[in-house]
Amino acid sequence: MRERAALATPQAPREDLRPAALRVEGVSKRYGRVLAVDNVSLTIAEGEFFTLLGPSGSGKTTLLRLIAGFERPDSGRIELGGKDVTAVPPYARATNTVFQDYALFPHMSVAANIEYGLKVRHLAREDRRRRVAEGLTLVRLVGLGHRQPSQLSGGQRQRVALARAIVNQPEVLLLDEPLGALDLKLRQEMQIELKRIQRELGITFIYVTHDQDEALTMSDRVAVLAGGRIEQLGSPVDLYERPTNEFVAGFIGVSNVIDRDGRRLVVRPERIRLLDPGETPGPGTHLEDGTVQDVIYAGMVTRYAVQLDRGGRLLVVEQNRESAAGADDLRGRKVRLAWRPDQAFDISAPQAERSEQ
Amino acid sequence: MTVGALARGRKGGRVGRIQALLWRRPWMRAALLLGPGLAWFVVIYLASLVLLLITAFWQINPFTTAIERVWNLDNFRTLVTDGTYRLIILRTIGLAAAVTITDAVLAFPFAYYMARVASRRVQTALFAAVLLPLWASYLARVYAWILILNHDGVLNWSLLQLRLPPANLGYTNWAMWIVFSYIWLPFMIIPTYAALERIPQSYLEAAADLGARQGRTTWDVILPLALPGIVAGSIFTFSLTLGDYVTPLLVGGAGSSFIGNVVYSNVGIAHNIPFAAALAVVPVGVMALYLLGARRLGAFEAM
Repeated sequence: MRERAALATPQAPREDLRPAALRVEGVSKRYGRVLAVDNVSLTIAEGEFFTLLGPSGSGKTTLLRLIAGFERPDSGRIELGGKDVTAVPPYARATNTVFQDYALFPHMSVAANIEYGLKVRHLAREDRRRRVAEGLTLVRLVGLGHRQPSQLSGGQRQRVALARAIVNQPEVLLLDEPLGALDLKLRQEMQIELKRIQRELGITFIYVTHDQDEALTMSDRVAVLAGGRIEQLGSPVDLYERPTNEFVAGFIGVSNVIDRDGRRLVVRPERIRLLDPGETPGPGTHLEDGTVQDVIYAGMVTRYAVQLDRGGRLLVVEQNRESAAGADDLRGRKVRLAWRPDQAFDISAPQAERSEQ
Repeated sequence: MTVGALARGRKGGRVGRIQALLWRRPWMRAALLLGPGLAWFVVIYLASLVLLLITAFWQINPFTTAIERVWNLDNFRTLVTDGTYRLIILRTIGLAAAVTITDAVLAFPFAYYMARVASRRVQTALFAAVLLPLWASYLARVYAWILILNHDGVLNWSLLQLRLPPANLGYTNWAMWIVFSYIWLPFMIIPTYAALERIPQSYLEAAADLGARQGRTTWDVILPLALPGIVAGSIFTFSLTLGDYVTPLLVGGAGSSFIGNVVYSNVGIAHNIPFAAALAVVPVGVMALYLLGARRLGAFEAM
């Protein structure tokens, strides 16, 4: 098996000098008539925080389950640490999963839950104790080992699920929307926490989410999925600043798309300025006239929906550097919008190469 | 108040007023819902149980067989000291336990297949297969077993065809064990199935993810979580066997009497109702202990 994998490797061009923790090659999975994962290929480097981002039904969870081994692909192959694991059952894979519903065993204490994987793998009692203690420390739950999962809050359960997976020192940690059930504040705390843990341990994280903010703030690289295919793969900056198609432009950030001169352009709302009445724009600035339809005050920023005279509708976001009291005045007024031409991205190019990475 | 006002406003009339009244006075709603059932239980069941308990402390005049209301513990003393009764009590409890264990062992893989492996269609078919026998008369099913286990029944005929020695199971404790296990099996399968079906798939995936193979997952995760359902089922199999007297009468041998048979003969033949009552207290007491144990194992949440 190992030799065959080694033979197959040279065919694929290497783009990263770090060894690949995971390689997915042409993997497809069909459920009845639905093609959940459609010929997906990707390579994830060791120690990378990699996110699969997409709306529900995009195939991101199925892809994660294929990597964990809960599902078998209809075609393609999956390599973990250079070994072909396509036919290896989940209990023999060097991956561990943090489940969306945590899946803590309700009849075991927190410590017993964390210990379970070590026990199954027949580690000595002393090692198990030590690693459980380390795990509890890592997720900041020291002293709660004797509790039952039912006695914990949602955020604490989430941490137990994380510790239970991590103490096994997996080559790749799979996280299936782990923060989905938490409220916003807790979610933001846990995002920082997860990032810290990932940095400390240097484990490869594959993170599934539908939340673009989460994906952008935490990941080294993100694959945007839709309809079982990768729409774009790149760093958060790539995806936000240089979306290659309308789906990515709309899914990450706000769908601010207009047609001008036979081209389809994306302009991020914070890159557009509302010109003051007497202001003269700098040279080379792109200008548009329009009417403010809606003003939405959101504390830190105010959003303006502007109907353009030349057709199309754009959302503009302005920082409220000063008190926004009275900003409502703009509703129904004529305004001028301005942006630098290099801030508008042309996405009218054919999408043939969308699953290329 | 708003809801009550709304209900009045929408429905109006007498129905609306009654509904509003029930909404304002929750105890009335409880009384209305529980009343008929509770009355039935209190009058028919609890009252007769209390009577039973009282009668157990009386005695009969050995010559006239008239009940003498003299308080004493003679009946219970006889139960404990007389070897025959002790044997019958132990046989009844022992067989009830054996039947319960047998059914648990048979039901678990069956229920597991139903709950977690079978497709919807197969599941429905298996449900029908489990429940259909309950539509047939209990007596008919016991008689069917007599035809199978008899000296010249189906079982011995089959053994003969296979050139094996005959098994004379008819009218033995073995026969009772087989028949009871068969008859009460559905009562074990259904609660076990319900408990197994409620285990989230992610628990099993988590166990596999942490390195456990199927066998290990079954032992560490599935079995403990299904245990309340199995215990719930055992309440049925154990108590139904404990209280039965028809099967021992029909398929049991000469030395196969159950508590129920002795109670029956004391009521009908010996006319010693106080002693029958004392004997009947035994399974009630055993069941009370059993239920206490079952509650600690979480069986009531599983039902």
